[in-house]
Amino acid sequence: MMTKCTCREDLHTIKERASREMSAQTSETFEARVMVHMGTCGLAAGAQAVMDVLKEEVSRQNQVSVKVVSCGCAGMCSSEPNVTVERKGEPTIMYQHMDGDKMRQVFRRHVLNGEVQTDLALARIHGEGAAAKNPFAAARGQ
Amino acid sequence: MRVKVFNGEGCRAKGSDEVYRALTAEVRSQGVQDRIEVIEVGEEHCPGYCTLSPSLLVEPSGMIYQDVQVRDAPGLVQNLVEQQEPLSKKIYSPRKLEEIPEEQETDFFGPQLFWTLRNRGRIDPESIEEYIAMDGYQGAAEAILEMEPEEIIEEVKVSAIRGRGGAGFPAHIKWKAGAGARSDIKYVVCNADEGDPGAFMDRSILEGDPHSVLEGMIIAARAIGSHHGYIYCRTEYPLAVRRLSIAIDQAMGYGLLGENILGSGFDFHLQIYQGAGAFVCGEGTALQHSIEGKRGMPRPKPPRSTDKGLFNRPTVLNNVETFANIPQIIVKGGKWYSGVGTEKSKGTKVFALSGDVRNIGLVEVPMGTSLRTIIFDIGGGIPDKKKFKAVQLGGPSGGCIPEDYLDLPVDFEAISQANAIMGSGGMIVMDESTCMVDMAHYFMDFIQDESCGKCTPCREGTKRLLDILTRIKEGQGEEADLDRLESLSAYITDTSLCGLGQSAPTPVLSALRSFRKEFEAHIIDKQCPAKKCPALLHFEVDPEKCASCGQCYRHCPAKVISWQKKESAEIDKEKCIQCLTCYEKCRFEAIE
Repeated sequence: MMTKCTCREDLHTIKERASREMSAQTSETFEARVMVHMGTCGLAAGAQAVMDVLKEEVSRQNQVSVKVVSCGCAGMCSSEPNVTVERKGEPTIMYQHMDGDKMRQVFRRHVLNGEVQTDLALARIHGEGAAAKNPFAAARGQ
Repeated sequence: MRVKVFNGEGCRAKGSDEVYRALTAEVRSQGVQDRIEVIEVGEEHCPGYCTLSPSLLVEPSGMIYQDVQVRDAPGLVQNLVEQQEPLSKKIYSPRKLEEIPEEQETDFFGPQLFWTLRNRGRIDPESIEEYIAMDGYQGAAEAILEMEPEEIIEEVKVSAIRGRGGAGFPAHIKWKAGAGARSDIKYVVCNADEGDPGAFMDRSILEGDPHSVLEGMIIAARAIGSHHGYIYCRTEYPLAVRRLSIAIDQAMGYGLLGENILGSGFDFHLQIYQGAGAFVCGEGTALQHSIEGKRGMPRPKPPRSTDKGLFNRPTVLNNVETFANIPQIIVKGGKWYSGVGTEKSKGTKVFALSGDVRNIGLVEVPMGTSLRTIIFDIGGGIPDKKKFKAVQLGGPSGGCIPEDYLDLPVDFEAISQANAIMGSGGMIVMDESTCMVDMAHYFMDFIQDESCGKCTPCREGTKRLLDILTRIKEGQGEEADLDRLESLSAYITDTSLCGLGQSAPTPVLSALRSFRKEFEAHIIDKQCPAKKCPALLHFEVDPEKCASCGQCYRHCPAKVISWQKKESAEIDKEKCIQCLTCYEKCRFEAIE
């Protein structure tokens, strides 16, 4: 049950808890977070089938506690379906052109065993986002 | 030595069981059972190399072989016996972790600046907590608890943000007018009726980060003193509507929407209104009529919406991208926002890049970035070694920009000077195989279909424009047709009521301005240089140019091409369905 926020501190409390709980790096409830990018573009490219395999794989094991998230488009529609895997203490990897087979492989090799499936990967992702190294960000003196 | 054949469910479907049996038989027939042990690994010990199967592991070397076929068995066993490295091409050797580029090192993501799309694909759009974790609702909290309405409008003024729906009207002027209007009831409306062909920016924002739009609307409501808002979203966006509904429920649950927001005494209620998908309902006044339950038709202005809008009450209407920008302007300041961009266009702009370009997707760049950077650096250029021809900006109200103008910066004024409009952000890249007459015909077909019918010039004029274009496409064009297109277009622009009608002829005019020769080729020479207009093509194979490769024969869906090795192909014109597949497949331009 949600309690209503009545001041800024309430919002801050939610923020503290949520930012800890949304990352595999700091979460106390899961060790890996797998996001299937399921915007309309992802769904059109077959993200639902990827999600179905992922859920099946997650329920078949009890080795790693995994949080499955269905999120929006990451921006590069032509590389859909995309899947992002975040594991505690490891770089976050975004995969591209996924299908059921690739999802199973990424799950069993990477999510369970920490072996990044490099051939299927699109990019390594840092939490801070692209702005960190953007020339325009530098230009504004941040 | 041990050979482990992976033989789980998935592998069996790809023939691993046959490979296992072939290897077992081969080892026996070569009499090397004592040296090589072949075993199968079932589902319970499946390592999960699904994309490699049929695959196997050799111990003790630890090599994994992928895509192993039955015919590989003899060679594989023999090589193993002779202790040579077998099937070196099939050894699985993935690239190193360091070889995966960092996101900001990639051509696509590198040059982008994610402000509006700051949470794209990073958060769970159905979780308000994750949005809050990314500094969500901090802007709303600040605006409601710590700022006076005038201060909010001042901050928006300093940011110099202009409406992202297309026209680029400064947001603060609209907000100020809304705040100044005297009425006990005022409305904040979000235009999520994204209808341009090739535009999907707003949909992505709504699907991936719905709370950012809600927060922007709450801030606008506080600035103008409104207590009720609508999001007008087309019903063709079911996922966006679903995620918005979830977002509204969650925000209500946390007291960030509804009554007494954050204990401040300020109320704001928000509801979604689903439009049935008429293009004209993206026009402000038509949109308001639609919410009122009337037929979606524009009305003359003034009165402006900020004086008499929805239900005749003062209304501030902005589009999805504008609202999504507002929270960060409040949190980081208008000065921060206006630190990026050109003199008159500040901040970033999201484009939906599609068409004949390698990387398709959402692109957010600082205002002032050149079209060339977007298409060739971020977009990766034109695939299949084809040449760039034009880029269509702004959908049916916009125009085509040819190669000469590619260094144009993304800026409301600069793009208008090139006879296109910034529009909401649809960017369709076209390569040399695009026929500009066909393109103009497509957009005119769209517009005459979507004209609401209120003004005769738009309703009838666009139909006549389409007739003329159809005639030209079909080889019936006359030289006077080009003048007719131009003069009729001028009438439509001058005498239509709304923006849709006034800009309806733009795709035709801009194509005519930049590619007049192509129109003339259709009319005078009765030729379609891009080979896209079936009526102007002969569907004949030139034996001189034909390389007898058989590509046309193989791909013809109607099977009406006869071809034999070393002989040129021939098309049966009687049965041909004129689908143009053979033209696309022929690499020697042999089909006339």
